[in-house]
Amino acid sequence: MAAQRYEVRFSGTGGQGVVLAGMILAEAAGLFGGRHVVQTVSYGPQVRGGNSNAEVVISEEEIDHPKPIALDLLVPFTQQGCDEGAKLLKPKGIVLLDPEMVTQMPEGWIAPLPLKRIALEATGKGQMANIVSLGAIAVLCPHVTIEAMRMAVRERAPRGLEEIFLKALDAGYSVADSMREKITFREAPSPED
Amino acid sequence: MGGEEERRPKLIQGNEACAEGAIAAGCRFYAGYPITPSSEIAEVLSYRLPAVGGTFIQMEDEIASLGAVIGASLAGVKAMTATSGPGFSLMQEHIGFACMAEVPCVIVNVMRGGPSTGLPTSPSQGDVQQARWGTHGDHPIIALTPWSVRECFELTVRAFNLSEKYRTPVILLMDEVVGHMRENVVLPDPSSLEIFDRVKPSVPPEWYIPYEDTSFGVPPMAPFGEGYRYHVTGLTHDVRGFPTLREDEIEPFMARLFRKIWSHLDDIQTWDTFQMEDADICIVAYGSVARAAKRAVLEAREKGKKVGLVRLITIWPFCRRAIEEALKGCKVFLVPEMNMGQISREVKRVVRGRGEVLTVSKALGRLLTPNEILEPILEESR
Repeated sequence: MAAQRYEVRFSGTGGQGVVLAGMILAEAAGLFGGRHVVQTVSYGPQVRGGNSNAEVVISEEEIDHPKPIALDLLVPFTQQGCDEGAKLLKPKGIVLLDPEMVTQMPEGWIAPLPLKRIALEATGKGQMANIVSLGAIAVLCPHVTIEAMRMAVRERAPRGLEEIFLKALDAGYSVADSMREKITFREAPSPED
Repeated sequence: MGGEEERRPKLIQGNEACAEGAIAAGCRFYAGYPITPSSEIAEVLSYRLPAVGGTFIQMEDEIASLGAVIGASLAGVKAMTATSGPGFSLMQEHIGFACMAEVPCVIVNVMRGGPSTGLPTSPSQGDVQQARWGTHGDHPIIALTPWSVRECFELTVRAFNLSEKYRTPVILLMDEVVGHMRENVVLPDPSSLEIFDRVKPSVPPEWYIPYEDTSFGVPPMAPFGEGYRYHVTGLTHDVRGFPTLREDEIEPFMARLFRKIWSHLDDIQTWDTFQMEDADICIVAYGSVARAAKRAVLEAREKGKKVGLVRLITIWPFCRRAIEEALKGCKVFLVPEMNMGQISREVKRVVRGRGEVLTVSKALGRLLTPNEILEPILEESR
């Protein structure tokens, strides 16, 4: 069988840090975790708004097809990103989402985490939700450790903002660790609901 | 350069690797007009080139961009430009000029969906035949297609080497997936690279005949400003570079223009094969699609189908011999492309009824999936 691939998609809209999150995850797994990684993007031609995806494929072996085939992990920051990404999930794929940002959850394995609220409490900036999600991913993804994630965040964070970025990352990590057992399977809503 | 720090793997984009490859190849002049999905090449070179004593100019459009590149090259500087489909269309006239006047230069086209402004942020392979025939008149051309971040670096270096060696424009045909993709790579040590610089005249200026034939087919090239005065024109010219209507001058000129490329195909053409040893079905692919195809080969093998891959690295001149080789074992060819079938017609031309040629031709603004490539194979063998 071809090498096991671990596939992640961050999905949101322009300005939410979707591509930055993808790059940090790829660096954590690739440069500090020793894995092969390919990170790709897809977005529309608009300057603002529109759907924006960053995708990361992680493997212990060389990666052929650079795009996800079936997602292990979907991290949507918008409802549209969730709806579109859910169609690409593996049967046991997980959706890491903030119930305040994605109100209609899809069927499948859901890891609900108040990313925005955690970001706000830890750093005073709600827009650090993308970095908070990386802390949670350090728990969920077998290819990255929180140490690798810390190194990648430190290198990618804008000069002078390293500590704030690390705070957001650690906040996500500490909450997600205790959340692990709360990942639940959500049935498709029945017509009677 | 070349220190321990440099050899650490880095997560970089195909476009960035292309820019670094240009620097390593000795490129010291860039003129261009930014366009998605190639803009990062200009962005990186805008600070990398001045740092190594080179020149970066943002021009008013793509016509002027290639004009400036040709001028720089005539002055003896390795030069390049980068663009995407719409800009590549504007460059066609000057590509012909560079072929005719035999001016080395590298043109990068990071292909996006077309025609016209099309799908600016989405991948395509729609400019493959344009790279071959976009400029008018009979002319040979060299075009290369990378499939990974590391290969973006390597083939940019190779594009410069070939353009210098054969005094011809070389086109690097990337696509949005390869250009925007990030991979963790260790780029080759620049000091380990083989770099080819154009041959300069060894005779004094008064003896210099700028377009004189040589056994190799490529006349030495004098940089302007060093005392060698000669005439450069887009008109068909004699060995001194002046316009001619004489058949006995036109004929040898055109013959040499083709001979300098066709007699060195061994040096120019490269392709890669994967699991072709016992294959009876051959996938022919290039660029990012070849990565989906490689996976399709592995999946087909799991289902007991003997499938192999021929990956074209040099896409022009078309690698006829790669197909001839494959014909020894394969009766079925499959050509997946992010266009409506531009290389499949070349494969059909070579196969000439000696096998069946199937296509997966989709110009949807996204990379083909391994499953889409696998489908006709499974159908073919029921």
